[in-house]
Amino acid sequence: MTAEHVLPVVWYLIIGFAVLMYVLLDGFVLGIGILTPFADDDAQRDHMMNTAAPIWDGNETWLVMGGAGLMAAFPRAYSIVLSALYLPMLAMLIALIFRGIAFEFRFKARRSRWVWGVAFNVGSTIATFMQGLILGAVVEGMPLQGGKYVHEAAFAWFSPFSMLTGVALVFGYALLGATWLILKTDGRLQRIAFDLTRPLMLGVIAFMLLVSSWLPFLDPRLMTRWFTWPSFLYLSPVPVLATLNAALLWRAVLRNEELQPFMLSLCFFVLGFLGLVSGIWPNIVPPTLTIWQAASPPSSQGFVLVGALFMIPAVLAYTAYSYRVFRGKVAADSGYHH
Amino acid sequence: MFEAILLSRLQFGFVISFHILFPAFTIGLANWLAFLEALWLRTRKDYVRDLYFFWLKIFAVSFGVGVVSGIVMSFQFGTNWAGFSTAAGNVVGPLLNYEVLTAFFMEATFLGVMLFGWERVSHRTHFFATCMVALGTLISTFWIMSANSWMQTPAGYEIKAGVFYPLDWWAVVFNPSFLYRLPHMVLAAFLTTAFVIGGISALYLLQGRFEDKAWLGFKSALAFVAIVAPLQILVGDATGLQVRENQPAKLAAIEARWETQSRVPLTLFAWPDEAAERNDYALDVPQLGSLILTHSFDGTVKGLKDFAPADRPPVAIPFFAFRIMVGLGFAMLALAWWGLVKWKRGTLASRWYLRAWLWMMPSGFIALLTGWFVAEVGRQPWVVYGVLRTAEATSTNVPASSVLASLIVYVVVYLLVFGFVTWYLLQMLRIGPVRAPQRRAIRTAARPLSLGDEEL
Repeated sequence: MTAEHVLPVVWYLIIGFAVLMYVLLDGFVLGIGILTPFADDDAQRDHMMNTAAPIWDGNETWLVMGGAGLMAAFPRAYSIVLSALYLPMLAMLIALIFRGIAFEFRFKARRSRWVWGVAFNVGSTIATFMQGLILGAVVEGMPLQGGKYVHEAAFAWFSPFSMLTGVALVFGYALLGATWLILKTDGRLQRIAFDLTRPLMLGVIAFMLLVSSWLPFLDPRLMTRWFTWPSFLYLSPVPVLATLNAALLWRAVLRNEELQPFMLSLCFFVLGFLGLVSGIWPNIVPPTLTIWQAASPPSSQGFVLVGALFMIPAVLAYTAYSYRVFRGKVAADSGYHH
Repeated sequence: MFEAILLSRLQFGFVISFHILFPAFTIGLANWLAFLEALWLRTRKDYVRDLYFFWLKIFAVSFGVGVVSGIVMSFQFGTNWAGFSTAAGNVVGPLLNYEVLTAFFMEATFLGVMLFGWERVSHRTHFFATCMVALGTLISTFWIMSANSWMQTPAGYEIKAGVFYPLDWWAVVFNPSFLYRLPHMVLAAFLTTAFVIGGISALYLLQGRFEDKAWLGFKSALAFVAIVAPLQILVGDATGLQVRENQPAKLAAIEARWETQSRVPLTLFAWPDEAAERNDYALDVPQLGSLILTHSFDGTVKGLKDFAPADRPPVAIPFFAFRIMVGLGFAMLALAWWGLVKWKRGTLASRWYLRAWLWMMPSGFIALLTGWFVAEVGRQPWVVYGVLRTAEATSTNVPASSVLASLIVYVVVYLLVFGFVTWYLLQMLRIGPVRAPQRRAIRTAARPLSLGDEEL
């Protein structure tokens, strides 16, 4: 076991962790944005945004961590994936710009207030769809030739599968957003969130089934991985736990639990993420580029690893601190900073 | 039709020029806020706290735009500059990753406490959050300047099959130009903010509004500039010596020097003709060039003709941008030192002097941008100086039509965002540093024995 062999695995885990943190944490903020049209009025929309206003920036930073981590640890994967998905990346970034500045501008605006409400909603929805699309396109695979992506077409990422994962993620983030609102609000707004949760859950389960049954047909190697002994043994807990998770979530919503739905939705995402990642492992750009081929040298990976080992626990500690500072229900009239 | 590389360069230049305005402003502003909050904790004067909250609101909006336009930057290296990321990702990637790990998370998390935590944490903790945000901006500057300086003066690496491999991280991080360019950038950011604070305070003084707060802001800015502007000129001079040593072609372009000579004149103004390799309408001061650039009257400065035409940077942009930057630097110095004289004489409130500060309000931003034009255009035709050409750094599989589309989208969206930011900032200026919120007594209900304004 040499550093060349171990370090890429460690970095795969770190970047996987960063992406998962992003999906979970910005997932619920983007989910709130997707759900704003279901609010009764502007006051409720303000209330929804206020539940996330102090923390959205830190949450979004995990995306930058994923991007910078990929560039540092797997520069070849970074340059292949980002340049191949040029237009979806552009759309995602522009959408995130509108989503982000909506937080700052909506509370400063008067006449143009509605513009930032729309920007928050549309920005969140498009950013989510693009993230799902990007995920789908990567999982589906990017065939390489001579180390470069074979397709030069600007729309090579367009496929039924990537469209499906795009829509699936919109439902998924919306579920996270709804259960977050259950946790952080009360009264009428919490009721709306409760009412949204079950239809969203049904949607998420349906998309999970669709994606899961589609996956093995994308690549015969995936088929072998899922349906041969002994990998079947290692992987079988994922669908079993997902089923159990769905049942628990359903029950928690029926019982009007406040914390459980959000926690179980997070678990749902973790399981889905594990399912996807175990499907592409040990590739970083399916179908052929492995983490060892894409890795930067041990001197690069080792250098950042030192920092990551110290800083990621610190980041988690002050993230936890900030969630503690802003714990509890967010009052309907708690204003933005003014 | 445009080529993808030209479009990618235009796009990168545009998005980074837009982006840098906001972090540069917020680096200074975060430290100004830390200063104000410390002052308030010591004095407990209401007007200091009101001023803190006024600048905090401006900080929030500027920081927000800085964050969202910064995310674009971190993906741009992959989308448009895949060749660069593949070749230099081993070196530049870890530096950027350290920036995220040590600065971005800290800034973003404590910003939340700073903006929303006033009623939830103690005053001391709130001050701590402000300091963490300020520290975060400086740590971020450290890493991004290290990465950029490495591209200017690469060190500590070897090249195998066209890919950079780091050999010595100490040499990479503390590359030859880094310790000059880091303070140059930090001081530039501080000056940028100082001129905004001074300009806005001057505006209120001219209007006769918020006088106690405006005087605090104005005198702080004036005293700060009076110390930092000369310091910046010294740092800039040292940076120039370093450029002469490490990037002679860049220096030749900055000074529009065609022939290698000793006792070179200083060209105050000229119209550099790149095709004819000469300057038209030159206004030269004999020998001063050698004195400034080499610190001796007969020092030698390399000319552009010593470099193959394919290795020369464009001349006009570095030449003019440098003159604007330096001119503004001396104007800042003159304004501040004249202010010291007026301060001593007790005539600081004269209307024309306040108006001069109002006019100088954007000077920091302009000096900063022109300084970056010098640094980045002067580095051409290289992306990693002397090693990797910009032409080899692009994404080969992205069609020009995609880049054209993204360029148009960025220009439209950023102009829109810029327009709205300006509009909201003007609105905040119109309202001004009014009375800040008192700490609500929300916590006291649960603890009936505690005092209304007690620290938690």
